Amino acid sequence: MNTGDTAWVLVSAAMVLLMTPGLAFFYGGMTRAKGVLNMMMMSFGAIAVVGVLWVLFGYSASFGTDVGGGLLGNPFEKFGLQGVLDTGEGMPLVGTIPEIAFVGFQAVFAIITVALITGAIADRAKFGAWMVFAAVWVTVVYFPVAHWVFSFTKDANGNPTGGWIGQGLGVIDFAGGTAVHINAGAAALALALILGKRKGFGKDPSHRPHNLPFVMLGAGLLWFGWFGFNAGSALGANAVAGYAWINTLAAPCAAILGWLLVEKLRDGHATSLGAASGAVAGLVAITPACSAITPMWSLALGLLAGAVCALAVGLKYRLGFDDSLDVVGVHLVGGIIGTLFIGLAADPSAPAAGNGLFYGGGLELLGKQSLGAFAVMLYSFTMAYIIGWIINKTMGFRISKEHEIAGIDVAIHAESAYDFGGRVSGSFSPHSETFPTGPSLAEVSHSDQKVEA
Amino acid sequence: MKLITAIIRPEQLDDVRADLESYGVQGLTVSSAHGYGRQRGHTEIYRGAEYTVDLHAKVRIEVLATDEQAYDLMDTIVASSNTGNAGDGKVWMVEVYDAVRVRTGERGVAAI
Repeated sequence: MNTGDTAWVLVSAAMVLLMTPGLAFFYGGMTRAKGVLNMMMMSFGAIAVVGVLWVLFGYSASFGTDVGGGLLGNPFEKFGLQGVLDTGEGMPLVGTIPEIAFVGFQAVFAIITVALITGAIADRAKFGAWMVFAAVWVTVVYFPVAHWVFSFTKDANGNPTGGWIGQGLGVIDFAGGTAVHINAGAAALALALILGKRKGFGKDPSHRPHNLPFVMLGAGLLWFGWFGFNAGSALGANAVAGYAWINTLAAPCAAILGWLLVEKLRDGHATSLGAASGAVAGLVAITPACSAITPMWSLALGLLAGAVCALAVGLKYRLGFDDSLDVVGVHLVGGIIGTLFIGLAADPSAPAAGNGLFYGGGLELLGKQSLGAFAVMLYSFTMAYIIGWIINKTMGFRISKEHEIAGIDVAIHAESAYDFGGRVSGSFSPHSETFPTGPSLAEVSHSDQKVEA
Repeated sequence: MKLITAIIRPEQLDDVRADLESYGVQGLTVSSAHGYGRQRGHTEIYRGAEYTVDLHAKVRIEVLATDEQAYDLMDTIVASSNTGNAGDGKVWMVEVYDAVRVRTGERGVAAI
């Protein structure tokens, strides 16, 4: 075990967990004021439900011994994290770090992936239905796909027994372009189709973001956490982490410029929402590629991803689906760009040692990257559509029209985000019957006065 | 006795109020308002989508005036709220049949 590596991965894991509250701010700011709490609650709900399932069987299903064809880990092998809890001499390691640290690092990837989907269903999904969807989707989609992409286990003889995309096919996905972003983006598209459009989609000007400083705060927190996401994926405090770190700086910077350039040319204004979105688009695109391409190519990838995603987010109006906060336009499109770009610009001298088209590798790597990307997209979309359809037909996925118009926060959570101290008429009843009751304040002061008299 | 109502730009409120006080107006009511006139609204852009917002933020001023003061007050408000640009607002007056000062019970012009 290497303590430096372990320290870096544990810090990275904490940074990646912060991405989900960051995402809550990013998404929350983009919704209307009457739905911001629900938007944030869906992210916090994802943290809760995925965290529990990860400890129970998620880690085992993702990283347990393959049960056949590189499709799934054995969910019972490490159920409840049995087998990875030894902290003494015989502790299991992943590379140079304790496996239990790796468990934590991978847990937060599962959490953020599920939370990303919520951007497609803003303002209109029943919270309970979302929690059920999150639990089922992460079980039947994320855990297997994480196994496909991230599991590099070998048997006792050193023969590969990991996932079919990462280890079998040899697709390069350093930190989750396929497993996280394409996966979440495809599921988001399915749910946007299942739930239908918000009332007034494409027409009502009140659908504007209610708090752009929240959006920029969220983008900042996401970027900070993303250094853990990408550089932490080196699983060590080493030069590979540094390589990934620099690419995680370069690509989003260029992507902001790409997005803003498109906005300035198309709309006449470079917007703050565009800067925040451009940064996220660049981060998405560099995620699979950050160990495979040089920083110079990262700048090119970022510029491309920023510009293309800026153009892609308008497609929902043309195609008529309400991907409310552009999960498809940013994460699916950005993830595909980054994953395919590896097939073009992967440098054999980079840590991932891929051989892209520009470096004389021919179309082989590009073909593999395409197959990996589209397999994940197809599987995630199909499964998310089926799960969403069943939930919609049984418990119902969408809130009533009345509740949507009045605001989902009050209807679902009995809370409102902002109180500006205006005149309020009504009553207030503390749940005092559940506590021991004594004399009220009024009675006490009244009796005091009597004593003085 | 007249009620003068003016819808003006928020940034002109201080000028209008100062001029009305110089004239001798004792009291007025100010409230926030939203609306549009001939210039309609403004456009905001989020991720390439344009949102046209019809309702501009405005300030509504209401002031009671005697018949003798009324046209002078209208002219004062118009002069101090005019910037020469679209969206400067509108001023109008209506007849008021009676008014009462709540504290003293004074009625009519005495209540102004």
